[in-house]
Amino acid sequence: MSFELRGRARRLGDDINTDYIIASTRKRDTLDTAVLQRYLLETVDPAFATSVRAGDIIVAGRNFGCGSAMEIAATVILAAGINVVVAQSFARTFYRNAINNGLIPVVCDTGAIKEGDAIAVRLIGGASNVHVEALELTFVGAPLPAIMLEILNAGGLAPYMRANAGFLDSVSGPP
Amino acid sequence: MSPQTISEKILSAHIGHDVYAGDVIICPVDRVIGTDASSPMTIDYFEQMGGATLFDPAKVMFAFDHYAPAVTESTRGFHARVREFAGRFGAELHDEGSGISFQRAAELGRVLPGDVVIGADSHTVTCGALNLFAIGVGSSDLAAAMITGKIWLRVPESIKVVITGRLIAGVSAKDVALQLVREIGAEGADYQTLEFHGEGIASLSMDDRLVLCNLAVEAGAKAAIFPCDAITREYLEPRSSKLGASVGADADARYSGIVAVDLSAMTPRVALPHAPTNVVPIEQAIGTPVQMVFIGTCTGGRVNDFHDALRVLELAGRSIFPGVQLVLTPASREVADILDSDGTFARFRAMGATITATGCGACCGTSGVIPGDNVNVLSTANRNFKARMGNASANIYLASPIACAAAAAAGYIVDPRSIMTARTAN
Ligand code: SF4
Repeated sequence: MSFELRGRARRLGDDINTDYIIASTRKRDTLDTAVLQRYLLETVDPAFATSVRAGDIIVAGRNFGCGSAMEIAATVILAAGINVVVAQSFARTFYRNAINNGLIPVVCDTGAIKEGDAIAVRLIGGASNVHVEALELTFVGAPLPAIMLEILNAGGLAPYMRANAGFLDSVSGPP
Repeated sequence: MSPQTISEKILSAHIGHDVYAGDVIICPVDRVIGTDASSPMTIDYFEQMGGATLFDPAKVMFAFDHYAPAVTESTRGFHARVREFAGRFGAELHDEGSGISFQRAAELGRVLPGDVVIGADSHTVTCGALNLFAIGVGSSDLAAAMITGKIWLRVPESIKVVITGRLIAGVSAKDVALQLVREIGAEGADYQTLEFHGEGIASLSMDDRLVLCNLAVEAGAKAAIFPCDAITREYLEPRSSKLGASVGADADARYSGIVAVDLSAMTPRVALPHAPTNVVPIEQAIGTPVQMVFIGTCTGGRVNDFHDALRVLELAGRSIFPGVQLVLTPASREVADILDSDGTFARFRAMGATITATGCGACCGTSGVIPGDNVNVLSTANRNFKARMGNASANIYLASPIACAAAAAAGYIVDPRSIMTARTAN
């Protein structure tokens, strides 16, 4: 998988848990992500959902997606038109859920990126980098493990499973 | 063969050759657990994956806990869908009133030493108290495992937690767990296993161990594992005809870090709003008024927890402070049955406590009591994120069942040791 995606950085802080991405109480009422995206990140910023534009890129600090393993946190972000989350680090359950749904998680140093910055995220095979136009700086992302790349290439875990009728036995490469 | 941690040993045994931290594997699983909160999406993914059967219906179980009782049309719909699915494919279903998914799995002997267990609930990790490798996953990983009986995993590094000493009166495993989360940090154990060791663990009951494994998630841990000992076997014997394959670590196994915990030196702790890592000695929170006290959840809703809380309330004069709402939610039917038959609940009820249906209760605002505006809640739960209990203006503090009971009696946060030592001295 190779692509370049340009977008506007939507800046968030550290330890954004999945309940903050979408509240358990909202998820109780419906699993329709078209409805739920109206409440995206409401606990952190009530104006976020209305200001989000398709193609925006979430840029967060450490431990993005901690807390509950609820997968809807990843799919609501996708429903809002956000296809990439760049963070200093991710909680493991969110990271898996993102990959499994084709939401691309990029781990890199995000400290210098500000709200509204125009950024470009490039993925070339398992390698990634994030270019910040205003700073004329490029941050190198951590490589994706082979199995995750295979799942992303397939478009997520469901298409991967359908295409391969299960897991491919050959698991390659270092994580 | 190089020396191995418990996680490395369990995962090696499952795939048939030696694996070490960092290896990526496709691993067979022994138990797959879904909840009412995660399973509706699991069924969606199952269908999208073209699932036609479960890899082994006897190894798949569902439990209704987050939405029990189902008080909305939406949750009744989720339940109906999961009931139908479980019935159609022959999986075990624990309906409303049974209890929290992985708590039921442990109580019913569905998870055994040496097992690999996955559950679509982050706190599935709790089961590691029984000397097994249990991790939380999302709905899609669960669906893939229901079809194939497998999950892809990166073999985790392990942090060795060495426990010495014994807890003193007024201090409990919850205090130890909160302090561990603070010391390790919200992501300090990310992608890793907390592996418990040391002579101090012999003094920790199974309920204590479940609490320590439960809160490991709040430090980002992928798994948390206790060794198998007499306490493990005593817990399992009445619950299962099999005792599993106990697994210990090799003497020279490699750890990514070592954390020392002296139980004797531990004192009561409180996590302040709005993060479970925001932990301070209770002295720094004394005097904080509370209007709601919640004893329950997969962290603090077991038999020991209610016994501890009752003892404190009785020492404090058998009454709840006027204006404090004390809400009790047993984690499972087994817990509720024991507390009904030994009179614990009757004594709580006589003091005016509200005892709710078993399950997650007020923990994440989906089926229990919702705190009122600007209310301070002291809770035995594991998460105190803003709005977690369904009201963003409530302030959630986390503490042990002992400290929660002491606050219910006083009307504000107090050091429970003051109640326990003052009364014992009389
Ligand atoms: S009690 Fe709370 S933390 Fe535990 S499983 Fe239920 S909602 Fe999750």
